[in-house]
Amino acid sequence: MKEKAKLLDQEGINRAITRIAHEIIEKNKGTAGLCIVGIRNRGVYIAQRISECIKKIEGTNIAAGALDITLYRDDLALASGQPLVRKTEIDFDINDKNLVLVDDVLYTGRTIRAALDALIDFGRPKSIQLAVLVDRGHRELPIRADFVGKNIPTSKKESVEVRLQESDGSDEVLIAEKE
Amino acid sequence: MLWTKKDLLGLEYLTAGEIELILATAESFKEVSTREIKKVPALRGKTAVNLFYEPSTRTRVSFEVAAKRLSADVINIATETSSVRKGETLIDTGKNIQALKADIIIMRHNCSGAANILARSLDISVVNAGDGWHEHPTQALLDIFTLKEKLGKIKGLNVAIVGDIAHSRVARSNIWGLTKLGAKVTLCAPEMLLPPGIEITGAKTSTNIDEVFQTASLKNYPHRHFEKHGHESFPAQLDYFKRFGITEERLAKAKKGIIVMHPGPINRGIEMSSGVADGESSVILEQVTNGIAIRMAVLFLVNQAREARR
Repeated sequence: MKEKAKLLDQEGINRAITRIAHEIIEKNKGTAGLCIVGIRNRGVYIAQRISECIKKIEGTNIAAGALDITLYRDDLALASGQPLVRKTEIDFDINDKNLVLVDDVLYTGRTIRAALDALIDFGRPKSIQLAVLVDRGHRELPIRADFVGKNIPTSKKESVEVRLQESDGSDEVLIAEKE
Repeated sequence: MLWTKKDLLGLEYLTAGEIELILATAESFKEVSTREIKKVPALRGKTAVNLFYEPSTRTRVSFEVAAKRLSADVINIATETSSVRKGETLIDTGKNIQALKADIIIMRHNCSGAANILARSLDISVVNAGDGWHEHPTQALLDIFTLKEKLGKIKGLNVAIVGDIAHSRVARSNIWGLTKLGAKVTLCAPEMLLPPGIEITGAKTSTNIDEVFQTASLKNYPHRHFEKHGHESFPAQLDYFKRFGITEERLAKAKKGIIVMHPGPINRGIEMSSGVADGESSVILEQVTNGIAIRMAVLFLVNQAREARR
């Protein structure tokens, strides 16, 4: 993998998350009935940051959870290597909530498809909205994000790598060329 | 850590890392059973066959529940009503099930090593649900999982296994698993129920239960298979209870925080008193719940490994 460019640094990521938090509050007219669920792994950390940001702005806590989509993948049988099954932690009722689903990168849309299936097994939210830090295009399913940190046009040969303090020790978004 | 085995035959054949991978995967699967819709699509379109040559309710039902929570289709074969009665060999039965395009056979057999033979003869996955006096790996895994959940770790724990060790596959699987993960295992039974040569596994033996309880942080209590033998070879049941039965009095003198486990079914009044079985130290029913998560993890992993080979 050859690194090509840094697309977002720590400040860039912070600004994007702050803006997304404001947009979520605006769209939902406050935080009543709002909850947030991150997709493992990095989506969980971004979701936590967004909910902290919302708390700073509105002064209210919103319920936050973590979703592992491994068991819902459509390529489970084809997956190279072995996907590790991690914990799903949604210890609140999602029925009739406005649920914000969070992931780091939106690409083919297949992860989000799996996440939607998983969420529906937990209940019937009033709405599901999608927030992503990076949208890199190349959708294979009719899925779009409601809140986007940064749109990045890419080629399929490239890979977008999101690094976060919580999991990787630094905050940055990189683009790299697959060799 | 990668899981590469298409079968689960026994804990003797696994590394500490592989055992830990099963435990970690089971931890994730435990959550599924707490949902309102207790089902994930991971094994959708797969077929699991329960092939039981010995009567079993709890293990068979636990595997069935686990497979169904993964969305697999489950077929139960009770050998008393099948062609096995007409003299079909184990391998022929296995090949017929494979020809039906089943994906996983879960087998309980009265002969030690039966699962190993079946696994060698077939391309589909074989999960050992107990073979003779050899191994019962998923039972030991759920015991270890429960232990870890209750006491936080396995390494350095003193575990006493009390009962008919000689005729217990559960005990053997537990000895392998626990010693590999760094626990100190003491087997406690009347002389005649301790298998000769068991020390090679690293476990110690004792015939004095009160002494063992001074240091043990838990007792795992494999059932005495009274139903499996003529009773002549056994010490009288009452005498056994007097010398080895787990009672409130014995527990009161034991190390604080001791927990009592049992794979079921319990022989109340012989292996342990009802007060202990239903008491605060008992985690017997939690073991049953954890068994589902362990079996989901095992079915998921062996299926993944088999598909990765294609």
